[in-house]
Amino acid sequence: MTDTTSAAPLRRSWRDIDLRAVAPFVALALLLVLGSFVNPNFLGLDNLSNVLTRSAFIAIIAVGATFVISAGGLDLSVGSMVAFVASLTIMFLNSGMIGNPFLMLVAAMLLAMGIGALCGLANGLITTVGRIEPFIATLGTMGIYRGLTTWLSQGGAITMRQPELQQLYRPVYFGKVFGVPFPLVAVALSAIVGAFVLYRTAFGRHVVAVGSNEDVARYSGIPVNRVRNVTYVIQGLCVAVACLLYIPRLGSTSATTGLMWELQAITAVVVGGTALRGGVGRIWGTICGAFILEIVGNIMLLSNFVSEYLLGAIQGAIIIIAMLVQRSLVRRS
Amino acid sequence: MVTPAQPPLLEAVGISKSFGPVEVLGDINLSLAPGEVHAIIGENGAGKSTLMKILAGHLPPTKGELKLDGKPVVLAGPVDAEARGIVLVHQEILLAPDLTVAQNIYLGREVRKGLTLDDKAMNKGAAEAVRALGIDIDPTTVVGRLSIAQRQLVQIARALLVPHRVVIFDEPTASLTLTETDALLRVILDIRKKGAAVLYISHRLPEVKEIADRVTVLRDGKLITTRPAEGLEAVDMARLMVGRDVAKLYPDRVATRAVDYALEVEGMNVPGYAHDASFKLRQGEILGFAGLVGAGRTELLEGVVGLRTSHGKVRLNGKPVHFVTVRDSLRAGIVYLSEDRKGKGLLLGQNLGINLTLAALGQFVRGLRIDRRKEAKALDASIAEFDIRTRNKDLLAGQLSGGNQQKLLLAKMMLLNPQIVIIDEPTRGIDIGTKEQIYKFIAELAESGKSVIVISSEMQEVIGICDRILVMRNGRIVGEVSGNHMTEDEIVVLATGVTSREAASMAEQA
Repeated sequence: MTDTTSAAPLRRSWRDIDLRAVAPFVALALLLVLGSFVNPNFLGLDNLSNVLTRSAFIAIIAVGATFVISAGGLDLSVGSMVAFVASLTIMFLNSGMIGNPFLMLVAAMLLAMGIGALCGLANGLITTVGRIEPFIATLGTMGIYRGLTTWLSQGGAITMRQPELQQLYRPVYFGKVFGVPFPLVAVALSAIVGAFVLYRTAFGRHVVAVGSNEDVARYSGIPVNRVRNVTYVIQGLCVAVACLLYIPRLGSTSATTGLMWELQAITAVVVGGTALRGGVGRIWGTICGAFILEIVGNIMLLSNFVSEYLLGAIQGAIIIIAMLVQRSLVRRS
Repeated sequence: MVTPAQPPLLEAVGISKSFGPVEVLGDINLSLAPGEVHAIIGENGAGKSTLMKILAGHLPPTKGELKLDGKPVVLAGPVDAEARGIVLVHQEILLAPDLTVAQNIYLGREVRKGLTLDDKAMNKGAAEAVRALGIDIDPTTVVGRLSIAQRQLVQIARALLVPHRVVIFDEPTASLTLTETDALLRVILDIRKKGAAVLYISHRLPEVKEIADRVTVLRDGKLITTRPAEGLEAVDMARLMVGRDVAKLYPDRVATRAVDYALEVEGMNVPGYAHDASFKLRQGEILGFAGLVGAGRTELLEGVVGLRTSHGKVRLNGKPVHFVTVRDSLRAGIVYLSEDRKGKGLLLGQNLGINLTLAALGQFVRGLRIDRRKEAKALDASIAEFDIRTRNKDLLAGQLSGGNQQKLLLAKMMLLNPQIVIIDEPTRGIDIGTKEQIYKFIAELAESGKSVIVISSEMQEVIGICDRILVMRNGRIVGEVSGNHMTEDEIVVLATGVTSREAASMAEQA
């Protein structure tokens, strides 16, 4: 306060580390240790890479959710959006509109991204232009996207019908790059791009400012609505990327595709240390949170003392425990 | 009123307080006698607020003890302190905006009738409590619809509702107008008459001079002196606070002789707040906007820069312009610094660097990335140029004192290199040393050819630094004073619309 500017030491000691940013990684490390005790196969490369690959959908969606939540928003529609975007994409693939399978696949992917972006933009416009609370707005679109999917599939499944395309598309989920499953590469790329945008660009700074205090952002000349809309579009794009990984896995969607994924994505974001009220975003924490959720499920599966039917309860407990831990780790200054 | 023979009601003996390694209060000895108004003055960061919080049980002292009626006490918390008759009136407004005045006043101590609430009794009690403060507010009004000043008074009414022996006021008049301040000072004298002790913190030294029996000066966490208020002039107090001579608060200026207008506003309407307002701002001029709180000054200028819906003609350097959003006016070289520093000026939860560059982020982008090294350099430069006092550059904006927050906000908006600067309440809640710096800075802005608009409820301030003053009342510009006519009397007449005789007596009391 009254003390004058001291030549602040640039040296950083361990005391300067924000414990809240580190906590998710510590939790992940502890889980890995716990897992290796429960079952010696747990730490095996095959098991781990399988587990992490399964978490890819949630991890990628949660990267988008980190943007939305950092800006003070919320998107409950992502699970339904996965079903909607994936269904439309499969229908396009089945339409046979383009003869060349490779071009067909590329066009389908671009289409998926476009639909995802539009779905996100719709969410954004309803909250910004329509001035409806994000919770309510995306609760509405959650119902709409899910309902449209059910209607498109007439209550059944939408399945890829062309074996040639299936064969061509398969590696996107099952393939490997230098021994790393492709979905994990996609997670890494999403996170790297996400972290760059959130931490290094002016737009990322604006996201955090809008989430911290909308009024301050507005008085500083930040286009608040535009920033909000773009976060929802980013969320839509992330959903589309997740869809592109999801389709080759089963080659099929139904009315229950992506059910409850929105809650898993939000859990991953919050467990990763992003503040639900906005203003703080942690992309790497989010990835960590998504891994934690999947690893807990895997440990339960490998162990014999907890029924796997309790998975939902455990995941629910995780989010509460994570919040309590975050609360108790006060930032040191 | 001071009778030294009487044993003190509340006593602080050797109180110290440290946050981590930083000692913010050291060895404070203070006594409060019944029927005494004891003022505590000091610059921002001198430790006044910390001392208040300790006395009211919000913080435990690191060393030393409190004595109530001569017996040592340990206050478990604010509730415990209140039960013992020590109440604190906060500087910030801590009311639920969606509840009514009565519901707020009785919050947590509701009057019950069987299982249900006795709203009738509470409304009646609230009406009386509010009327005792000399204001007329319907107790069933929702607090969110009151002005800041009215909310402050409701908060005072709430504090005074419990049986009290020691009342601590933390800068209660910061957002009050002259008349309201006057009413409050009368309330304080009334409390004193009833035998309670009043601890009064304020930056407004004339007020302190008017009501205090004794004055304690804090500087850098140390108690400098406790003296009877009698014979202590405002100038002396200022000197004791700052620790050096405050020769002159307001810088010398020669009013601009420029004939060109930087900004011309004609027939501006801001629905619900300002009607048919027209004014012109010369280049290099400091133009003041005076008036009572709620006269529509803030809203008018927010309308001009595009922060509010408005209709009217605006010309910038002679060319017609239309600002749909604040982005347009910022781009055109007009910055507006909100009176609500904490709510609209700075991101309190983010660090200094992020706050500094927020409005001018475009200057710090290279390719896609933010150039963090350039940001760090800009922060260093601003800390030096604006004398922002911070013990650590990684601090959050919310951890700075009010004066340093204002300097940071100034630095932030100056990065945009504006041609016109609009500052709303530039020194609200700021200590005298920082005030002087800010006035000097405003004068330098004008000298360098920029045009400045100052909105302020402190008449001394607008008179001291402005070349010309416009006075607003009920959303209209009702007059202009300049030169020798810039006196409190003239402004009060225009601001209140009362006859000059009434005004004269009001001004006298101020």
